[in-house]
Amino acid sequence: MISQLTRDERALAMVLCVLLTLFGATLGLVGRDDVLGWHGALLALSGMVLLIVIMSKIYDPDPNPDRVTKYYDDPTKVGVIVSMMWLVFATFVGDWVAWLLVYPEATFDAGWSSFGRLRPVHTTGVIFGFGGNALIATSFHVLQRTSRARLAGNLSPWIVVIGFNLFCLLAVTGYMFGITASKEYAEPEWYADLFLVVIWVVYFVLYLRTLARRQEPHIYVANWYFLAFILVVAILHIINNLAVPVSLGHAKSYSLFSGVQDAMTQWWYGHNAVAFFLTAGFLGMLYYYLPRRAGRPIFSYRMSIISFWGITFLYMWAGSHHLHYTALPHWVQNLGMTFSIVLVVPSWASAGNALLTLNGAWEKVRDDATLRFMFVAAVFYGLSTFEGSFMAIRPVNSLSHYTDWTVGHVHAGALGWVAMITFGAFYTLVPMLWNKERMYSSRLIEAHFWLALAGTVIYVFSMWNSGIVQGLMWRAYAENGTLAYSFIDSVDAMRPYYFARAVGGFLFFLGGVIGLYNIWMTTRMPAVEKPPVYDLPPVVAAEPAE
Amino acid sequence: MSKPERDPYTGLMTTGHEWNGIKELMTPIPGPVKFFLALTILSAVLLWILYPTWPYGPGYTKGVLGVDQRTLVENNLTKSAALRSVWEDRFTSAEMSALEADDDAMTFVRSHGARLFEDNCSACHGLDAAGGPGFPSLTDDQWLWGGDAETILETLRVGINAPHDETRYAEMLAFGDQGMLNSEERRTLTDYVISLSRPDELTKEQKELLPAGAELFDANCSSCHGEDGGGSHDVGAPNLTDDFWIYGGDAASIAATLRHGRIGVMPYWEDRLSEADLRLLSLYVRDLRPNQQ
Repeated sequence: MISQLTRDERALAMVLCVLLTLFGATLGLVGRDDVLGWHGALLALSGMVLLIVIMSKIYDPDPNPDRVTKYYDDPTKVGVIVSMMWLVFATFVGDWVAWLLVYPEATFDAGWSSFGRLRPVHTTGVIFGFGGNALIATSFHVLQRTSRARLAGNLSPWIVVIGFNLFCLLAVTGYMFGITASKEYAEPEWYADLFLVVIWVVYFVLYLRTLARRQEPHIYVANWYFLAFILVVAILHIINNLAVPVSLGHAKSYSLFSGVQDAMTQWWYGHNAVAFFLTAGFLGMLYYYLPRRAGRPIFSYRMSIISFWGITFLYMWAGSHHLHYTALPHWVQNLGMTFSIVLVVPSWASAGNALLTLNGAWEKVRDDATLRFMFVAAVFYGLSTFEGSFMAIRPVNSLSHYTDWTVGHVHAGALGWVAMITFGAFYTLVPMLWNKERMYSSRLIEAHFWLALAGTVIYVFSMWNSGIVQGLMWRAYAENGTLAYSFIDSVDAMRPYYFARAVGGFLFFLGGVIGLYNIWMTTRMPAVEKPPVYDLPPVVAAEPAE
Repeated sequence: MSKPERDPYTGLMTTGHEWNGIKELMTPIPGPVKFFLALTILSAVLLWILYPTWPYGPGYTKGVLGVDQRTLVENNLTKSAALRSVWEDRFTSAEMSALEADDDAMTFVRSHGARLFEDNCSACHGLDAAGGPGFPSLTDDQWLWGGDAETILETLRVGINAPHDETRYAEMLAFGDQGMLNSEERRTLTDYVISLSRPDELTKEQKELLPAGAELFDANCSSCHGEDGGGSHDVGAPNLTDDFWIYGGDAASIAATLRHGRIGVMPYWEDRLSEADLRLLSLYVRDLRPNQQ
């Protein structure tokens, strides 16, 4: 991989490693009296390890100059493997905390292993570790193929992949140390947030520059979505994390916003993280790998257009539905609710566009578990967007809010949609990336499919049940005007559902382990020379002048 | 870029765009999409007219229905207050002893009191009210401050060592930490305290020191726990002659209590529960005592 960089690029990479080491060392020194010091040390150590790795290859020969006539897929390869490793790690932690809700004593008697610290490890691990790496990896792949251009940089993709994973590492280790900004899905503290801003700007610039090199007159739908994902996540991340550190040597910071403004900013962020990270990005994935695997044209270009603009415009307004029946002014809640209702139409148009693209390829859906993953993903996308709009209606929300129904809804989206589309995309992508004829084992894909589907269905059904039971118990009044149940009654009633949920989660985790094994074994198969049908090489003639 | 072509399966034309093999059909927007888009937008507009939604500088549109979430909550609160007032009035006005003698009232106490107890008390005293290390059992009819309903009500109202002006105050002094008794004296005293409830556990050597222990007890402990160690409800000092222990009755626990002292806290509930709920909860706790008929 390092041999794919020129010596100049290797030298530049070393400079960056030194900068990372210095940054880490500075952070470690000023924060030596705080947990921040450990994170400084972690960054400095990472910088040094990377430096040594590059130094050991510094005198390797320069790469073949014909590299510009090929797509640059090494960062994607790393992204795919790392993404699957995050999946296995984070779903393991997820299932652990699921069991903790059944057997609260099933943990170590230590701060780091308490439920409150492990839960964000799970959420950050799956959303950013698994999902983020999957998006970065596939976006690089899709961008190059649909633009017929090589990535506009050899070093910057590595800054994105490695930097992003360092951010994830800072995040999850920080939670175990007890560092948190106390904002859901935005828990990392100020220094990690600033670090991510740098990485994300590099990603955005790289994406735009590659897109500018494209040899097709039009920009493909997948790239609209990936670009929306990168741009809006940058905006969300920066604004929601505006904060003042206690001191430069301290991990703790305080949000710039307070009270209900802080809550509104947080859920504007939170809901649009769902929209632009977990929806737009993965729709980009769907719009490339699904038609490609099915061998069918996209059902309707016009549907792509209204769905894209519908989703990007409407989601921005909908965040306040997370704060129904709170101190947030009534009108803000209602406004968010009305936009959430309209939102279901472009969401279903997207799901419909995907499903109708499968017309003419249904026999493949039946026979090919990879395509079936993507089919089920589109179905769950439709289900969870309908459910989301439904739950955004205030009276419905008065039953569902604060219950496990929300948890079930999130997992219908995360397991059924986000993870399933990623598995379908990876199983399509991996043989192409490593020039293999096929995946190592189609029976293992089949096994993964049924484990993932069974796990998701068990999970979602148990959470629907527990959520609605909770909601009904909490609001039940006796005729004398007193509550019919104590809170502990409702906790007690959850036990069977929590047990079922943990079993479902375990099945899903098992599927992930099988997926990682299958992908790993595929990379070790002998390569074939036959160029894949769709993979026309980049057009390079006009590259330097343009 | 390729030319638009006819898709053999659907018979529809493609857009003519192509990205490395991926093409798109020029399918018109299906009718249902247009219909539901119109329907949802219309319902949104309708909701904007009916309910408060849009901000404009100094205010926001109030909506023709004039609904406001604060008024809605206030109405709901008023309604449930009306439902509750039926029994609340009775529980705040009647004498505790009268309520205790009233089967109807006590049936209600047993159902609603259980909810109140589970939501407010069970975190410390346990779901079965049997307590745990540091938290007294409420089911044994042994009380620090007295166990009739009125006294329990007072304990609930002001708490013990709580930040309430009239709180009950009690502290077991740290005889070791504050240098009042040396370790040998504390050992002798520990044995003496054990002898009050379980004399058989002591060895012969320990028994020989009991008179010395009695002297120490008399000088240091009897002012609160009483000359016979029977405790006192006036100062919240536990009875040392029975089998009920808050912090444990084994030698090690007693020694630790003697050395470091104890200052247990019970929160006060006056501001958190209504007068009716407090009285009901006292009756519920009173009702937990054993051998109830």
